[in-house]
Amino acid sequence: MDNLLSIVIFLPSLAALILAIVLRGEDAASQKNAKVLALVATIATFVISIPLLTQFDPSNTGFQFVEEADWLAGLKYKVGLDGISILFVMLTTFLMPIVIGACWTVTTRVKEYMIMFLILETMMLAVFSSLDIILFYVVFEAGLIPMFLIVGIWGGKNRIYAAFKLFLYTLLGSVLMLIAIIYMWFEAGTTDIPTLMQHQFASENMVILGFTIVGGIQTLLFLGFFASFAVKMPMWPVHTWLPDAHVQAPTAGSVVLAAILLKMGGYGFLRFCLPMFPVGSESLATFVMTLSVIAIIYTSLVALVQEDMKKLIAYSSVAHMGFVTMGIFTMNQQGLDGAIFQMLSHGFISAALFLGVGVIYDRMHTRDIDAYGGLVIRMPVYALIFMLFTMANVGLPGTSGFVGEFLTLTAAFKANTWIAFGATTGVILSAGYALWLYRRVVFGDLIKESLKSITDMDMREKLMMTPLVIMTLLLGIYPALILDLIGPSVSALLEQVHAAQGVVMDAAPAAAH
Amino acid sequence: MIGTDINTALPEIILAVYAMAALMLAVYGGKDRLSGFIFWATAGVMAVLGLMIAFAPAGTTTAFNGSFVNDAFARYTKVVMLFGSAAMLLLSQDYLIKNKLFKFEFPILIALATLGMMLMVSAGDLMALYMGLELQSLALYVVASFRRNSIRSTEAGLKYFVLGALSSGLLLYGASLVYGFSGTTNFAGIAETIHGDHLGMGMLFGLVFLCVGMGFKISAAPFHMWTPDVYEGSPTPVTGFFATAPKVAAAGLFARVVHDAFGGAVADWQQIVVFLSFVSMFLGAIAAIGQTNIKRLMAYSSIAHMGFALLGLAAGTEEGVQALLIYMAIYVTMNVGVFAFILNMERDGQPVTDIRSLGLYSRAEPIRAAAISALMFSLAGIPPLVGFFGKLYVLKAAVNAGLAWLAIAGVIASVIGAFYYLRIIYFIYFGDEVDPLSNRMPLLHKVALYGAALIMLVGALNLFGIEPIAADAAASLLK
Repeated sequence: MDNLLSIVIFLPSLAALILAIVLRGEDAASQKNAKVLALVATIATFVISIPLLTQFDPSNTGFQFVEEADWLAGLKYKVGLDGISILFVMLTTFLMPIVIGACWTVTTRVKEYMIMFLILETMMLAVFSSLDIILFYVVFEAGLIPMFLIVGIWGGKNRIYAAFKLFLYTLLGSVLMLIAIIYMWFEAGTTDIPTLMQHQFASENMVILGFTIVGGIQTLLFLGFFASFAVKMPMWPVHTWLPDAHVQAPTAGSVVLAAILLKMGGYGFLRFCLPMFPVGSESLATFVMTLSVIAIIYTSLVALVQEDMKKLIAYSSVAHMGFVTMGIFTMNQQGLDGAIFQMLSHGFISAALFLGVGVIYDRMHTRDIDAYGGLVIRMPVYALIFMLFTMANVGLPGTSGFVGEFLTLTAAFKANTWIAFGATTGVILSAGYALWLYRRVVFGDLIKESLKSITDMDMREKLMMTPLVIMTLLLGIYPALILDLIGPSVSALLEQVHAAQGVVMDAAPAAAH
Repeated sequence: MIGTDINTALPEIILAVYAMAALMLAVYGGKDRLSGFIFWATAGVMAVLGLMIAFAPAGTTTAFNGSFVNDAFARYTKVVMLFGSAAMLLLSQDYLIKNKLFKFEFPILIALATLGMMLMVSAGDLMALYMGLELQSLALYVVASFRRNSIRSTEAGLKYFVLGALSSGLLLYGASLVYGFSGTTNFAGIAETIHGDHLGMGMLFGLVFLCVGMGFKISAAPFHMWTPDVYEGSPTPVTGFFATAPKVAAAGLFARVVHDAFGGAVADWQQIVVFLSFVSMFLGAIAAIGQTNIKRLMAYSSIAHMGFALLGLAAGTEEGVQALLIYMAIYVTMNVGVFAFILNMERDGQPVTDIRSLGLYSRAEPIRAAAISALMFSLAGIPPLVGFFGKLYVLKAAVNAGLAWLAIAGVIASVIGAFYYLRIIYFIYFGDEVDPLSNRMPLLHKVALYGAALIMLVGALNLFGIEPIAADAAASLLK
């Protein structure tokens, strides 16, 4: 099929449209119908997307499954996948049925809730596959609207504050990116991403208000994109919206946010910052890596003192994303491989951890760590699964968490020893907060009266967790599954980046004469 | 000769004759008993004229010794204005009946105001410009105070009149300076007297005063002071009308004057427009944050939007004018939808303007809530809604013209502005439960609201082919 990718992208939205038009009423039966329809749609999307993976040719470093159609203002609707984006598309289609499963206990405005998630899925898939930079911006931003409503309508007590913070932080970041995009459009005369990746933007140093900007225009453009992706990622110090959003979001919202939406930032760095502004990336690499290390250490320390489980996991997400940005900006093969791997593995692990919190939250309606203890006595299966993901979060060898951290740390060691040293302490700290969380929630005596009648995971929850368990272990034991797929694309990307940087480095002495 | 002149200005002449005939008919006929008929007839005439202009032959023709220009630019803005006016006129009917304001003068005044606007965008001469502007303004002063027994409405009318007269005076002073230093009132003649890239001191003063006068009409900061009070005090349909067609006319006039008469001295007027645009965007965005009255909020919103439209004009290029035209068409569509909603905000038959009264509106009316939210997101410029593409065009034009810093300022202002649009959505979806608003909404308003929302949603596909039309219009202005 020629337009397989478009079918995958728009199928969830089509389901949302059907839901919106056909389904009426708020009674239990129609709520059930909405959930079932959404689940069927997301599973169908996943099944249809499998051929994308099987027909994908990893040795071809160009874009595959490309589709093109004219759009307004000389823009194009152009989508396609390469070794980097295909995995994010698969991650999204894989996780969305689980996300819908996590919505099963919701009883207010179920139809709208399902519509929001289905639209969000289309937007996320389009972000990862769009090959027109304006199209990318449109869907990147559009994803905010459903997320804003998900947090704002179905969120916790302080949801309004969190929803506004989420929206305005992200919007401010992305409009700066919009300016950069418009400038690039003007400068390169095209919005086609593959062409822009080959375009050399001016990188001569320039002086603004007496400050010399190393890398000139490239550095400025880089900063425009950086503002957006750093907020999305999120990087210290613009991460503060994330803990608020996570704590207030419903379980399914948290899962989408941590597992998929955060990855857009990392994907953006790989797709735009590195190939389009190699010199800008070079001149700011140390800066970004420093921020990453600060994020790793600082947010790990903050995670240690959290009272709220979701907040703790949210801070741990920021720390793990720190490894990703650090890996990307080492700009070597292990670093990039590790960063992509880390993003995928974090997608599974953070999804499972938030689902895990959701499981006990549904039973006890509190996320306070102090309210729990000794769960292993009443909930052995839960204790086992939660332990697996705690270990994966720490980065235990044999789980997927290890591979990403190990690769990025190796790469960082090559690039800068001190960066690697700082980041490694983060690994130790992550063991600290994760294991301590586990001890306080699962181990100990079951003394709290309210916990005495708690029940173990039911069938639905087990079904949701199983695929995540399988993926975490599979990727931990056999990471080549992923690395073989991304390897050629990553090395082609790096070749191009280093070539562009080399050209400028060689040209610099010549220009001095 | 006179035959071709009449032919060129035929739509305007038809509208003028119609307005006078309708007036006679009503005065000597049945007075207010004919209101309903005149409402529909006026809207019908405007729609027919809109179609007539839309399908008129291409090309530029002038009449009355060059004081009336009929080019693609004029035709584009006229179509937008005529349909905008007709839509707002039909939407206002229900409100006016309920508030005992259903008088036959209203549609006639709107027709005369529209006629003035059509003359404004077709002006090829300072005198024609002034006559069009005054015809429009005088009609608008009257409709602003249409609710004669309300202090607020008369205050709005009076305030509008006093400040409007002041700005007209400034504009006229500028026109006299320009005439004095160039020796002609004809735009083409003025353009011929400009040598080199810069204006002489006298012409420059004239230009500044002209810009001040036009800045007032377009409600650009710092000449915006009348806007919130007039928007708030006027009857809601009149507010809705102010927010649509007159803005297009003022923006069109602005573009016409600076390009046709002062096209040779872009740098001179560009700095003025840049300033107006910058201040308007920020003032509109920041001042609206504290507003709880939806009409005042829409007033500040219109100031911010005019700032964006002027951003396109500030580029000083054909691309910029095209962006301005696309922006105005999108802006009018959004406002028609929003005011179709605001006109029906009422409780126990009394109009309500407090945005807090929308608390949890989505519970009672999920479809309307979704439609108005789509419009709010579009006003805020969030993709994939069409409002974003309007902003995209002006930002692109500004960046391409070397005004990247202004574009950056614009997006920052739009983030600040997003806050208050989101606040309305916040009340609709997350707010505290309040006494529900009346759920009555006439079919016509539903059509306008849902239609506008739908356009905002599906317009992202191709903007309904408006892009090449606007490009033609812009090209005809800069020829």
